[in-house]
Amino acid sequence: MAVISRSLAWLLLALMAGLANAAVEVREFDDPVLEQRYRELTSSLRCPKCENQAIDESNAPVSIDMRDRVYQLLQEGRADMEIRNHMAERFGDYVLYNPRLEGRTWLLWGLPGVLVILGAVLVMLIVRSRRQASARELSQEERARLDDLIKREGSE
Amino acid sequence: MRRRLLLLLPLVGFLLLAGFLYVGLSLDPFHRDSELLANEFPEFDLPTLEDPERRVDVSSLKGEVSLVNVWGEWCPTCKQEMPQLLDLAERGVRLVGINYKDTREKGLEFLQEFGNPFEFNIFDPDGDLGFELGVYGAPETFLVDRDGIIRYHHTGYITPDDVEQTILPEVKKWQ
Repeated sequence: MAVISRSLAWLLLALMAGLANAAVEVREFDDPVLEQRYRELTSSLRCPKCENQAIDESNAPVSIDMRDRVYQLLQEGRADMEIRNHMAERFGDYVLYNPRLEGRTWLLWGLPGVLVILGAVLVMLIVRSRRQASARELSQEERARLDDLIKREGSE
Repeated sequence: MRRRLLLLLPLVGFLLLAGFLYVGLSLDPFHRDSELLANEFPEFDLPTLEDPERRVDVSSLKGEVSLVNVWGEWCPTCKQEMPQLLDLAERGVRLVGINYKDTREKGLEFLQEFGNPFEFNIFDPDGDLGFELGVYGAPETFLVDRDGIIRYHHTGYITPDDVEQTILPEVKKWQ
């Protein structure tokens, strides 16, 4: 038991060391709102060098530069949108985890909505056709077959 | 019969998706067009690597088609790329270097060891100009036309084949 808990403690320590490694430079913020915005911005900007990592968890030199720039622009009082655009103007839309709504991306943003509406229409059509089908009376032939089946069931 | 055909719909959807994903597999995620294509080369005011007293700005790139190469002594691929750049310079292409995130000493050492195809080198130790250019690793190469507009962007290593097949034709196209 002691062995297990000790090895668990080691594991935890190793994990924490990993986290400490990933956690990057410490920033000073006078305003907690600014700090929150910094966190959100750096976690929603993608590192252009890495394939799928936000700049807040990447140690690539370009991520460090981008974090510096985000910090600097925040201190200058720029809006989030301005900062995102600032990055996209230099590194491309690639760095935006949430693509901007524009001519090129309307399909991307619109498709889920269109699919939901399409699905709803489809469900409605199916429900309606089922309701009509169940309301229809049996034909003479079908009634005869049904009677036949019931009779056979009864005789067995 | 029409109902039967409707049953094929999921298969068609699957094939469509598979097609898209298959194409995606063969795309190189590092081959993205620079956001600055067809835009003006960003403004800068920096010293040259060779002479700290000499400052250059964006006007130094105008008037002639220039191939601007971002390099650093710390970048192994830049060393491999040098023979191709020397070849380009020999064939009359005007090359300008950006010594990116480097020290003056190491940068000059690099040029001494691997040759210097550049007319001059812009010294950018903090990577400020690199940031404006959207550089995310070296080497990167930009083709700037005589009006200072970026016309072509090459990310990463320039192979001897790239020289013949893309760089030289692009230079000719804008000359």
